[in-house]
Amino acid sequence: MPVHYSGITDEHLAVRSRAGVFDISHMGEFFVSGPRAAAWLNRLLTNDVSALGVGDGHYTLMLNERGGVIDDLIAYRTEPEQFFLVVNASKIGENAAWMRRHLPADGSVVFEDQSAAWAGLAVQGPVAPSLLDHLPPRNGVKTGGSVIICRTGYTGEDGFELFAPAEAGTAWFERFVQAGAKPCGLGARDTLRLEMCYPLNGHDLSPDRTPIEAGLGFFVAIDKGDFIGRDVLAAQQSAGTHDRLAAIRLIDKGPPLRSHYAVHAGGAKIGELCSGGISPSLGIGIGLAYLPAAHAAVGSAVQIDIRGKRHAAEVVKKPFYKKPARSAPPPAAA
Amino acid sequence: MTFPDDLRYTTSHEWVRLEGDIATIGITDHAQIELGDVVYLDLPATGRAVAAGEAVAVIESVKAASDIYAPVAGEVIEANAGAAANTGLVNSDPYGDGWLFKLKVADPIAVSLLLDAATYRAITKNT
Repeated sequence: MPVHYSGITDEHLAVRSRAGVFDISHMGEFFVSGPRAAAWLNRLLTNDVSALGVGDGHYTLMLNERGGVIDDLIAYRTEPEQFFLVVNASKIGENAAWMRRHLPADGSVVFEDQSAAWAGLAVQGPVAPSLLDHLPPRNGVKTGGSVIICRTGYTGEDGFELFAPAEAGTAWFERFVQAGAKPCGLGARDTLRLEMCYPLNGHDLSPDRTPIEAGLGFFVAIDKGDFIGRDVLAAQQSAGTHDRLAAIRLIDKGPPLRSHYAVHAGGAKIGELCSGGISPSLGIGIGLAYLPAAHAAVGSAVQIDIRGKRHAAEVVKKPFYKKPARSAPPPAAA
Repeated sequence: MTFPDDLRYTTSHEWVRLEGDIATIGITDHAQIELGDVVYLDLPATGRAVAAGEAVAVIESVKAASDIYAPVAGEVIEANAGAAANTGLVNSDPYGDGWLFKLKVADPIAVSLLLDAATYRAITKNT
């Protein structure tokens, strides 16, 4: 995927108002199957796969023993004893090695890394659902012919992610472009997800930060039973954490925020941005940073150091971008 | 990509239009394509004396922040407030309404020593 085709802002606004198509073939696709697949996945992932019926999916995280994040991913149950996992491109090898290391020796769980065999596209935006028939419901998955269709995305808009045999990827991409979806690149993918405060592994998630610090406790089923990292998370849920991932927005229009810019409060540096940019929808700089809990509260005043100059900013409620409310339908004629 | 013949250019992708001893400076079409959507301009203050090659402004796109260098020595007499308020002008009209700042140049001959359009065009082919 290039950084942009026609322009990041142009592509971003197209997804928010109509539809865009992203080539996500770089992502990883794993299949986990067998009579013990669900129980095994529940030991490795934070969310509860036993709550997924066939055709359901959910966001979840895979943790190390310190409760830090190895990867964030979406898990779908495609058959009663088969799960389809979509993982970050940069973590395919590491995820596969970790999962293989934890497989039971008796063959009751079969793990396959099929990443090289699959192309993927994401079609996202209010018009996206009209570009393909027979979509599953939100967060759901459907398999048909040689494709897997997931009603999920990384933009905050409705839409779907379609996985097809690798050699069919280009034809699918062109089909959606012909149907009116704007080709979108990595730049717009980042601005769209950042407006929604969706974390990016390697920036907002890391092996040294837990989902509780990242504000993702909703995706941790702490009571489902034991899983790798559970004890650390349970302690954090009761005692709190030193740092929390905060959404920060500049007060006045200024330069874009960028990763690694220092965050100051009360005359001291309190953290660094892990993600940053300009929100094309809001027209102002936005970013994410882990801040000490006292400064991470909504409304906290902070300053961002941009090339030596301090810019006033504030911690805001997530997400940065909220879809405009649909206007009420006109009253029916009497 | 355009390279107007009546301008001079620098290897750091600024253009200069000289009228008398007033130089208008901006970034080239090549530069705005490389940068992508311009979202912020930090332009020099009027009255500031600048040396040739000095970093005097910052242009930010979604992708990156870039320094803009004074092609020749002089004094800043105006910064383009219109472009600062509407940064898209730098992308849509880099040689016109997307100009960045004007200098009263110390030595107009220095402008003629900058790259001409043909030389600048050749340089961009190789980048």
